[in-house]
Amino acid sequence: MPTREPEQNVTTSPGLGPEHSPRSPLSIHDLTVAYDRKPVLWDVDLDVPAGELVTIVGPNGAGKSTLLKAALGLIPVASGTVRVFGKPMKSQRSLVAYVPQRESVDWDFPVTALDVVTMGRYGALGWCRPVRRRQKNEAMQALERVGLADMASRQISQLSGGQQQRVFLARALAQDAQLFLMDEPLASVDAATEQAIVDVLRSLRSEGRTVVVVHHDLQTVNDYFDSVILLNMRVVAHGPVETAFTPEALRQTYGGQLTILSEASERLARSSGVDHP
Amino acid sequence: MSHLPLVLASDQGTWWPAFERALLLRDANTLWVVLGVLSLGLASGTVGAFLVLRRRALTSDAISHATLPGIAVAFMVMVAFGLAGKSLLGLLLGAYVAGLLAMVAIVLIQRTTRLKDDAAIGIVLSVFFGFGICLLSLVQQMPDGNAAGLERFIFGKAATMLPGDTRLIGFTSLGVILLVIVFFKELAVLCFDESWAAARGWPVLALDFLLTGLVALVTVLAIQSVGLVLAIALLIIPPSTALLWSHRLPVVVIASALIGGFSAWLGAMLSASVARMPTGPVIVLVCAALFFVSLFIGRRGVVPRWLSRRTLSRRVDRQHVLRACWECIETTGREEVAISDLHSMRSWTTGELATLVTRCVRRGSLVRVDSASLKLTEAGRERAHRVVRNHRLWEAYLIHHADIAPSHVDRDADAIEHVLDEDLIVQLEHLLGAAAGEVPSSPHALGGSGGAA
Amino acid sequence: MTWQIYDTWVVIVGALCAMACALPGAQLVLRRRSMMGDAISHAVLPGVAIAFLVTASSDPWVMIAGAVVIGILTTVLVDFVQRAGRTEVGASMGIVFTALFALGLVLIRLFADDVHIDPHVVIYGSIELSYLDQVDVFGWSIPRGAVVNGAALLINVILFLVFAKELKLTAFDESLAASMGFRPRLVQGVLMAMTAVTAVMAFETVGSILVVAMIVVPGASAWLMVDRYGPMLAWTMAFAVGAAVLGHLAALIVPGWFGFDGGMSTSGAMAVMSGVLFVAAWTLSPRHGLIARAWARRQLALRIAKEDILGLLYRFEEGTRQGDEPLSASDIREALSVSRSVAVGALRGVRGAGQVTVVSDRLQLTDDGRVAARALVRTHRLWERFLWERLGLRPDHLHGTADRLEHFTSPSMIEELAEHDEGEDPHGRPIPPAGE
Repeated sequence: MPTREPEQNVTTSPGLGPEHSPRSPLSIHDLTVAYDRKPVLWDVDLDVPAGELVTIVGPNGAGKSTLLKAALGLIPVASGTVRVFGKPMKSQRSLVAYVPQRESVDWDFPVTALDVVTMGRYGALGWCRPVRRRQKNEAMQALERVGLADMASRQISQLSGGQQQRVFLARALAQDAQLFLMDEPLASVDAATEQAIVDVLRSLRSEGRTVVVVHHDLQTVNDYFDSVILLNMRVVAHGPVETAFTPEALRQTYGGQLTILSEASERLARSSGVDHP
Repeated sequence: MSHLPLVLASDQGTWWPAFERALLLRDANTLWVVLGVLSLGLASGTVGAFLVLRRRALTSDAISHATLPGIAVAFMVMVAFGLAGKSLLGLLLGAYVAGLLAMVAIVLIQRTTRLKDDAAIGIVLSVFFGFGICLLSLVQQMPDGNAAGLERFIFGKAATMLPGDTRLIGFTSLGVILLVIVFFKELAVLCFDESWAAARGWPVLALDFLLTGLVALVTVLAIQSVGLVLAIALLIIPPSTALLWSHRLPVVVIASALIGGFSAWLGAMLSASVARMPTGPVIVLVCAALFFVSLFIGRRGVVPRWLSRRTLSRRVDRQHVLRACWECIETTGREEVAISDLHSMRSWTTGELATLVTRCVRRGSLVRVDSASLKLTEAGRERAHRVVRNHRLWEAYLIHHADIAPSHVDRDADAIEHVLDEDLIVQLEHLLGAAAGEVPSSPHALGGSGGAA
Repeated sequence: MTWQIYDTWVVIVGALCAMACALPGAQLVLRRRSMMGDAISHAVLPGVAIAFLVTASSDPWVMIAGAVVIGILTTVLVDFVQRAGRTEVGASMGIVFTALFALGLVLIRLFADDVHIDPHVVIYGSIELSYLDQVDVFGWSIPRGAVVNGAALLINVILFLVFAKELKLTAFDESLAASMGFRPRLVQGVLMAMTAVTAVMAFETVGSILVVAMIVVPGASAWLMVDRYGPMLAWTMAFAVGAAVLGHLAALIVPGWFGFDGGMSTSGAMAVMSGVLFVAAWTLSPRHGLIARAWARRQLALRIAKEDILGLLYRFEEGTRQGDEPLSASDIREALSVSRSVAVGALRGVRGAGQVTVVSDRLQLTDDGRVAARALVRTHRLWERFLWERLGLRPDHLHGTADRLEHFTSPSMIEELAEHDEGEDPHGRPIPPAGE
């Protein structure tokens, strides 16, 4: 029978059970999610480091969106626990902002960009308290921050895809949270929008907030993010981009999807030697 | 509710003989009614299967409500031309045309506005029906209008079915079923992948109109016997019931037809033998009863799914315990496993772990050495061996075939051999440096299942 | 026919009922659950019948309690069938409401001696008779229908004010609402209960057909008119009242046109008029109407055709040698490949703007026209350059793409494109310099 030494990353102490780090903005332990018999996420363990830009990457169907939804308690989990700053999600909702995928809502809905962003303040208002000018002003500031102040009174279907994505981002900003969970905020946006969004993410980091982004473009992981979580049903690797985002880890995550891999490794080769903050 | 036993008691004496009479079709009137609704049930079930698979169930609601103004207009036109306003064929023709118009209106609203299918159906349904009600109130002012009995189309009156009606329904139903058989492949493609069909040059629009036309035809036949609200039930409930048992198209279509036919037959029997039982509603209740029974016990129903989920989660729990034991032994090198060590392997509470250990002990996988430690039995060792081997091979598979793995991984598979072929397993074992059948070493560090790379 | 106090009350009762139904209905339309109104209004029949049987009275509170129970039951059942059986939502509704409706019909037949419900009245209602049944309210004698429907409207308005932001948020983005701790399914349940209570309160007086129409149609019409939530609710109310007023008028007047002496079903006519108002919104809405959109499309086609004419003439001038015949109007029409009416309109447009002159059917750019044309051709060739250089499009694919893009290029985009100005397009033709 082969025996193995326990490695250093085993942080558990016998008898006490695994602990959630109270410091971590998002600490997921042993999370398993299954739709019927098919496992979607499998024993996911991770601690998101505080005050960083963290990305989740992985192939289609790897369970990236599911991980965010399960963390937020939007879908039932088979097993596992989620802690936000050391406490269950239920008591910490005000600290968390969620940016769903753009396709998840009906953009014909009769609301303006400002209305949508104002919804970000609803959580802080609580049940039945009406929206007042103050909330509108806060929403307006969030819109200004993403550069859409002059679009405030547009109906949302009259915005371009990139602008819609920025409205969603502004709504999350309006939530004034400590932890941001964003599902593909950079999907199918133009280069300028992408830059604008990334600038906002960086300014969030500089304020000490933590941002977790589901991302699809391996080429930009190095430029945009501090930490990476490589996910394919299970966590293949996670840690700082410099150490965890290796060709080997990518191969383990993406398998034989060579086109992506060759592009990424080319990119890696180019960016190696470049220092990251 | 104190009236209920009373009614049944008073009818009890006459119930069985009447049912027997109906069953043996001794009564000529019953014979025609039963034959009529039976063929109706068969045809509705057949067409309904495609309607439900096309996710257009409620379109039939709009079509059936929209037939009312068609019937009224047909009546008025026939009277205006001096024809007898009662010609069933004429009325049904009017109903059919109105049903198709409703379908066109729904498609137009959906295509040219931001409204979705639900609103389009609701608008067409209520406005057409309102128009029908208006026209009916005018028909009643016409000479002969009251006698026309157009209102029977709203609630249906199967009991008044005449031999001629039955023949019309029977032959039309037969024609509908034949058309479905002829165009089976085309309709199947339409239901499963419309955009693929369109891209491959199938005449999607024409097929849609074929399906809609068949639905309208069946609805029109059904409204005079079961009424227009309940005609929808015959189109929707049998296929939905069939879908709880199978997802293979030919099976669904045939089962749906049979369920429709059976419900119609039984409903007609019951209403013929029990006093004050309207035929249409009873047929629908029989149909609905079959559906709700299937919802629980059907192959894809609630109970089997719940059972399999429970079995699965229990087995996964047991596997977790066994794997934890195995890995403890691997890391410590001792045969005895301390419960406190097990506790640290996964996020289970003390209570949960105790329950699981008890279950494993009861199944003979573990024995207690003392209150704080356990040992694998011979059988337990064998099971743990299999579990750990499977787990590690799956992980290896995920890592080395990550591109296709998510759609292939089935963690519950008793043995990995059932899912993956032998060559691949040998290859995976090789990757993990293990001999055939042995437990390979874990592809990652033990203790936490993720961990930094 | 002369208008009487009786008619006023019919309209008031109809309008109150229409508004009461339309308010929750607008929310249902936005949630893509319009047909829940239809389902609940059919499912209410057994609820009312059982309430009758159990209490042997037609006490309104008993009816309302029955309605709340059946409304919630319908919602729960539809939800259950949808989840447990993986049945499509439409089919789930169809199964649940037809089954409940059939149960109601059987109960009514079975206990016809005890249950005094006429299914016909449930469908048609008796709004015409509502004037006869009056109750005393603070000393005023008011038709009961007005009191009942008015109360339903009041309850709905209050709930819409109290839960304004919850209703809006859960309708727009369920997952965000859930992540904030607002409970979308609870809110939806409250909405369904509102719909059921409203439907029951309305049934007796106006009948189910009007209820179903008023739940869907005014809200749907309003959504075609405006792009904001509050105004949409206001338009919904306006459409509801409009349908009630026009409906009663139509019921009085229209039958006369066809030689009938009596009136027509008022409930039916109100439903039809709501449909007429819908068609009006569908065609005439200032932004989303069929006419407005057709007009906008035509304007766009004209603008593109005019720009194409200028471009065509410019390129022709560029390649022309001494003695070549200038282009004729029919050459242009042929080259544009647009409908005749657009081509004629566009030609008239460029002549009217003084950009093109026509001398004996030969077209020539004026100086003004040449400036405009040069800018257009410049944009086109800058695009070709950009597409070729930056996006790697094949040279033979450039023209078509650039041809579409040149019509939708803002000045700031041209500035950006100009960074790639190398004097020539990928085909070697000169990129005209930016004009004054």
